[in-house]
Amino acid sequence: MKKSKLQSKRTTCTPDPQLIGEVQSVLRGRIFRGDVPAELHGLDEQKRELLDLIKRCAQYGESNSVLLIGPRGSGKSLLVKTILEELSKTKGVRQNMLEVNLNGLAQTDDRSALLEITRQLQLENTVGDKVFGSFAENLAFLLDSLKSGGQESQSILFILDEFDLFTNHKNQSLLYNLFDVSQSAQTPLCVIGLTCRLDVVELLEKRVKSRFSHRQIHLFNSETFEDYLQVVRSVLTLPSNFKDRHFVQTWSSHIKELLEDREAQAVLKQQFSITKDIRSLHRLLTIPVCSLSQDHPFIEPKDLVDAQTKLGVDCKAAMLCGISVLELCLIIAMKHLITIYDGEPFNFEMVYKEYQKFAQKKGFTVQSFEKPVVLKAFEHLTALEFVKSIDSIAKNTPKEYRLVTLLIDPIQINDALQRYPDCPTEVKQWAMSAIV
Amino acid sequence: MAANGGFLGYSKDSLQNLYSKVICRKIEIDTLLSLLGDRKSYSCPAIFVCGHTATGKSFLVQTLLKDLELPHVLVNCVESFTARLIFEHVLYQLQDSDKEDDLTASPKCDNMTDFLRHLKHNLLSKDLANETFYIVLDKAERLRDIEANMLPAFLRLQELTQLNICVILLSQIVWEKFQVGTGFYEPIVMHFLDYSKTEVLQIMARDCPATYPEEFFKAYCQLLMSVFYSVCKDLNELRHLALLHFPKYCEPITSGEAQLTDSRKLWRNIEPHLKKALHTVYLREVSSNQWENIIGQDTQTGCENLPGQGISVRSHIELPYYAKYLLIASYLASYNPAHTDRRFFTKQGRRGLSNRAKAAAKAKKSNTQLTGPKNFQLDRLMAIFYSIVEENVAPSANILCQISSLVSLNLLAQITSDDQIDCPKYKCLVNFLSISEIAKQLQFDIVQYLYDFV
Repeated sequence: MKKSKLQSKRTTCTPDPQLIGEVQSVLRGRIFRGDVPAELHGLDEQKRELLDLIKRCAQYGESNSVLLIGPRGSGKSLLVKTILEELSKTKGVRQNMLEVNLNGLAQTDDRSALLEITRQLQLENTVGDKVFGSFAENLAFLLDSLKSGGQESQSILFILDEFDLFTNHKNQSLLYNLFDVSQSAQTPLCVIGLTCRLDVVELLEKRVKSRFSHRQIHLFNSETFEDYLQVVRSVLTLPSNFKDRHFVQTWSSHIKELLEDREAQAVLKQQFSITKDIRSLHRLLTIPVCSLSQDHPFIEPKDLVDAQTKLGVDCKAAMLCGISVLELCLIIAMKHLITIYDGEPFNFEMVYKEYQKFAQKKGFTVQSFEKPVVLKAFEHLTALEFVKSIDSIAKNTPKEYRLVTLLIDPIQINDALQRYPDCPTEVKQWAMSAIV
Repeated sequence: MAANGGFLGYSKDSLQNLYSKVICRKIEIDTLLSLLGDRKSYSCPAIFVCGHTATGKSFLVQTLLKDLELPHVLVNCVESFTARLIFEHVLYQLQDSDKEDDLTASPKCDNMTDFLRHLKHNLLSKDLANETFYIVLDKAERLRDIEANMLPAFLRLQELTQLNICVILLSQIVWEKFQVGTGFYEPIVMHFLDYSKTEVLQIMARDCPATYPEEFFKAYCQLLMSVFYSVCKDLNELRHLALLHFPKYCEPITSGEAQLTDSRKLWRNIEPHLKKALHTVYLREVSSNQWENIIGQDTQTGCENLPGQGISVRSHIELPYYAKYLLIASYLASYNPAHTDRRFFTKQGRRGLSNRAKAAAKAKKSNTQLTGPKNFQLDRLMAIFYSIVEENVAPSANILCQISSLVSLNLLAQITSDDQIDCPKYKCLVNFLSISEIAKQLQFDIVQYLYDFV
């Protein structure tokens, strides 16, 4: 019944390729670039708190420091982005505030962070893109200009992404200075740190910690499945200012149908039980969104199922199917060694002996290979990191005697054996039997 | 199915061209294209492509980017082994296409902040701001060893620069092995399945020399694979071997002994060579040039024994008389447990082990041949040395020098650090074959002295 309804709808609406392109660009922007969707879910309280804080800094010259803590993909950057977008509309706030964005991944030491700050604040000692002066000069200059200000001067908003990486800097001098300025009555500063480490306060030095306001905003994905469906809806809905009104209607009715579909719900439910993280939801939606085309203008439940099976592929098991028979034999020999000796590390000689016990049995069609050939296969497995050497002083031992461990689960091996193309029967039987 | 006319704004011809160049990879091309989207649209920030060697990862990505004329930079992480080299390589490539720029002035950039700024500057100045810019990092597993922040930073390059950038990572190691620390932006993982047997044949058939029909070459490849496929699935290796042995395979035809259809005769001719090649060429004991020579000579003289004189056979080195004895002594010290020394090397022991001792040795097999060499002290080495050398040797500096030269030749390994001259420990790194070779030169029966062989 439902199918025929869908079919009829598709024929009535004639999707224009340009239209599909626009839909894609909207959705791609949201999924890939982190564009702000129409509504934020479950972040209202946090948003109010942070907004209030920034506003006070901009309007009354209050200095503040705050840490946003939440797991990856819980919307920390998105929250900041939304708030800044909102603030940019209110004129009084925007004019009164400068913004400095730093990222712990990019600014790996205090020196580069300092240069970046000077550059973003467009201070006098910069000409074009270049910054002059040594590190000490720079710091002194920056501090002077920060300290010379008072309550009435323009406030500065520092956004430190990957805050935990800034704690690795030497002496944490950047953090110390920032927090110090925010504690004393100088230029109003608002320091916002974004991090995914819960124990980030413990990483701070004592003097830095004492200057930090200990205000933390936690963002946890605490939504229920119903909320989760709402998030999916808000990611997929087209914005209200979309050009073609008629298409928006058909699109939203399609999305509604999609979310009510039992198959699609099962997929989403499974994804929800793996992780509530929105970013992995984006990853799930990536392939369906990307494959929208003129012939296929709407997301169907089948797409979601396909995407999930594609994402759920166990790469290691798939890689196992690509190795040669000889390498597979070695892996089985290792599996036997592990079961016999209870997970003890082993070396090539032991594996070779185990392999020979099998390969030299009479009547088997599996070829028995010479030691150098087998060693080459063994080294290939090491290169693929299926096998890992455990002693660090590997240089002092001949290759054949280096102790290694197997990094594949026996279940994965059994799985791969079932799917291995043209696997010799003896090998299969050997894998099943514990001892030959 | 997805590749209808004008798919994603790329012309149909160039796509058809692409499909014909990269065969057996249609699904992967389509997925990749849909992820990348057209020129203007936002593409996926990071894509991780994994698969075995020779599954066409680099080839596919490179031809795709080149044929569709997308702006991109290729970086090999083996070649660019530090962060600085990667940054400068990317920036240099960007600068390169700009004709007016002074080519001699290579960009200087040694940290991430500068890199981001330069990248932004370059892209914006070259009107690439609207188009997606691709950075392909080949052998991405090396990125893990460079700096802790390199991989996460490259994965969120789009967010850091606020530009439309897509990073494609190519590796043969699965994604789980890249995850460390507090995690980072997860890329879309694409897995390239390996070619099936028929696909391998199809690809290998493209190498067919023009003078022979393709079916004939295919049949030959099938024969080759029957020997090699269970050892090696690497397409590059198989293609190399196929081209190497093809002249030999065709020999009966050129000499007029057989017809093209005479497959059994051809097989009988080539089979022994292929089997020998498995032990020599495949292990690179003989270089391909040498192998060609060997095969060539073989037919002239008609002798069958030669192939097989590889590197490993010639691997023994000439050592001085005492150094040989030292090496043997070290081997005995490494592979025999210390408590058996009395039996082997004292006067009472010389009479041979008692039956009871032999039985005991059998019962608790020490199996050093399986577990590898053990460490020993210098004193023990010298004691065994004096016991096995028949004449009187003065413990001069020369003897001790020989030990350190054996260490520098990598025949012995010194376990303790260099500054400890008190009581250094060593380990023997020579395998059983070479040591028995050396023992034979000295007419010393080593098997008699080894606990494992009692």
